[in-house]
Amino acid sequence: MTSAMTSAMAGAVPVLEVEELAVTFTRRGEASTRAVDGVSFAVAPGETIGLVGESGCGKSVTSLAVMGLLPRRGVEVSGSVRLDGEELLGASDRTLRKLRGADMAMVFQDPLSSLNPTVTIGTQVTEVLYEHRHMAKKDAVAEATDLLDRVGIPDPARRLGEYPHQLSGGMRQRALIAMALACSPRLLIADEPTTALDVTIQAQILELLRELVLGSGTALVMITHDLGVVAGLCDRVHVMYAGKIIETADRHDLFARPRQPYTGGLLASVPRLDAGRGTPLTPIRGSARDAIPWAEGCAFAPRCDNAEDDCLTEVSGSTVPLEYDGPGRELRCRHPLQYPPAAAGATASGVPR
Amino acid sequence: MTASLGDRRRERIDALAARAGALPEGDGGVSLVKSAFRRLRRNPVFLIGAVIVVVFLLVALFAPWLAPRDPYAQSLLSEVRQGSIPGSREGYPLGVDQLGRDLFSRLIYGSRQSLLIGVVSTVLGAVAGMMLGVLAGAFGGLVDTLVMRFVDIILSVPGLLMAISISVLLGQNQVSLMIAIAVTQIPLFARLLRGSMLVQRDRDYAVAAQALGVRRRNVVLGHVLPNSLSPVIVQATLSLATAIIEAAALSFLGLGDPDISRPEWGAMLASAQSVLSVRAELAIYPALCIIVVALGFTLVGESLREALDPKFRR
Repeated sequence: MTSAMTSAMAGAVPVLEVEELAVTFTRRGEASTRAVDGVSFAVAPGETIGLVGESGCGKSVTSLAVMGLLPRRGVEVSGSVRLDGEELLGASDRTLRKLRGADMAMVFQDPLSSLNPTVTIGTQVTEVLYEHRHMAKKDAVAEATDLLDRVGIPDPARRLGEYPHQLSGGMRQRALIAMALACSPRLLIADEPTTALDVTIQAQILELLRELVLGSGTALVMITHDLGVVAGLCDRVHVMYAGKIIETADRHDLFARPRQPYTGGLLASVPRLDAGRGTPLTPIRGSARDAIPWAEGCAFAPRCDNAEDDCLTEVSGSTVPLEYDGPGRELRCRHPLQYPPAAAGATASGVPR
Repeated sequence: MTASLGDRRRERIDALAARAGALPEGDGGVSLVKSAFRRLRRNPVFLIGAVIVVVFLLVALFAPWLAPRDPYAQSLLSEVRQGSIPGSREGYPLGVDQLGRDLFSRLIYGSRQSLLIGVVSTVLGAVAGMMLGVLAGAFGGLVDTLVMRFVDIILSVPGLLMAISISVLLGQNQVSLMIAIAVTQIPLFARLLRGSMLVQRDRDYAVAAQALGVRRRNVVLGHVLPNSLSPVIVQATLSLATAIIEAAALSFLGLGDPDISRPEWGAMLASAQSVLSVRAELAIYPALCIIVVALGFTLVGESLREALDPKFRR
């Protein structure tokens, strides 16, 4: 239901539809952990969505589950993940392998550890071309040179013969992006692609990703904890907390009027240039470890300033649902942040029950 | 995309390909092995180890020309008495042993036996162990369990006992001695390679390669294995030292070479025990040889580990 709504709003057939995705880690002799708990979203061609949240909220596990890269043992995945309408959960290894790299690709957080230190860049880029496009060696080398050139690596022919440790951090990430884009995938998942880079390089990499997405109609899922990245790149944003999506909104709405107190807290904890010197930052109280199970109430309630008794299931009698909250917005909160109707206009003025 | 755009793109690719083709293969970067050797050449530890190893190899190779006397010939027998064995003198740089054979010549010939047994048995053990390790590390699951339990069985028998049983089973000759020592080394290499592959298999680049749809066989052979090899290479050089010592132990127990007059450091060390109080040098010199060769291989191994480990790169 949720994904049908979001895809309708994007105005195109979604590339990726994730519905009620749940990932549970089980370990013999220990209580199982539900890392992702009923997450639904969809991405249309050329659209960029952001999955935002603190460390440990389930962002990366979601992306690994979509790619089918979670280990088989000790992990239970349920729900539905569809790429161009094709169900990926439960698909055979062979099918998944053919899709990975060709139709969906992923860029990882740390560019140095994501490249094999003992193999040249050229070998690693051409490997994808051999695997999916069955190119001859000469063509593959030419294509690899062109790919590196396209992602802005100077002197690409020379770089092909070099090892990862000989490249700078930004160039490594560019090389990884080149590998991910080698077969023009329909879906690109970027798992915190700029976290390991310094600010100027971050901006370049984001700019590069934006160009590539706009140019080719690739659907981009941006996983990040960096609200600056969200502001610069994402069309729609899903804020995650303790394995569930707690707020969904367009970028502008989210920054202008965050409704979930958690989103509000995230925005308030970013330093602002216009805040004046000496103004203390307002962090969110506690840490992600303070989350309570969703079955017992709103997981964020222990850290929330707006929390009231009915945030707990035992008082209200039901878990907090993800509900419609104005056009293009969804919200999982019983006591959201309020805005004066005059400033807010029509969209966010409705006070939820 | 219009046709002209496509053409232009193709032209650009061709131009780039021409540029790429103009460069000789692998010229752009420095390969891992090449850069490792470049660093090794500047490492004094490696140089000392390498000099020791090379000197002993040359001695073993040119033993007939280097040894001043026949290592089997008995002489000065009139002077070898209970309680007195002649020491260094003209023509006998280190004196003779209790049977009147020139000690210096025997040490030189002994290097042949010790190095041969050490190298062959280590290579055998390493190859067999690595094959088991790759099987276990690459497939995991049931294969892993079966292979590792088999290795555990080998490991559960004490090394020397295993070596004795095998050399008794295969008959007393040099080949069975080498096989016996090799078998005792299998578990070490198998476990080492498997463990190192398990670590590498979960590393980001292995997952990243999977995320690009690379076949599992290629992920294992092209990414995981090359990164898992350096501890094994290091262990092989260290195992050489152990193999030489183990060969000595087996010959001491009478399970070594059936030809007991053939010079071998371990056997020489063992036979010198009975005359230790008369002339300790008869034990000290072979022991020194074993120690120095073992040290040489260890130094080479250690510096190889540093050179091959990307984290140590300067």
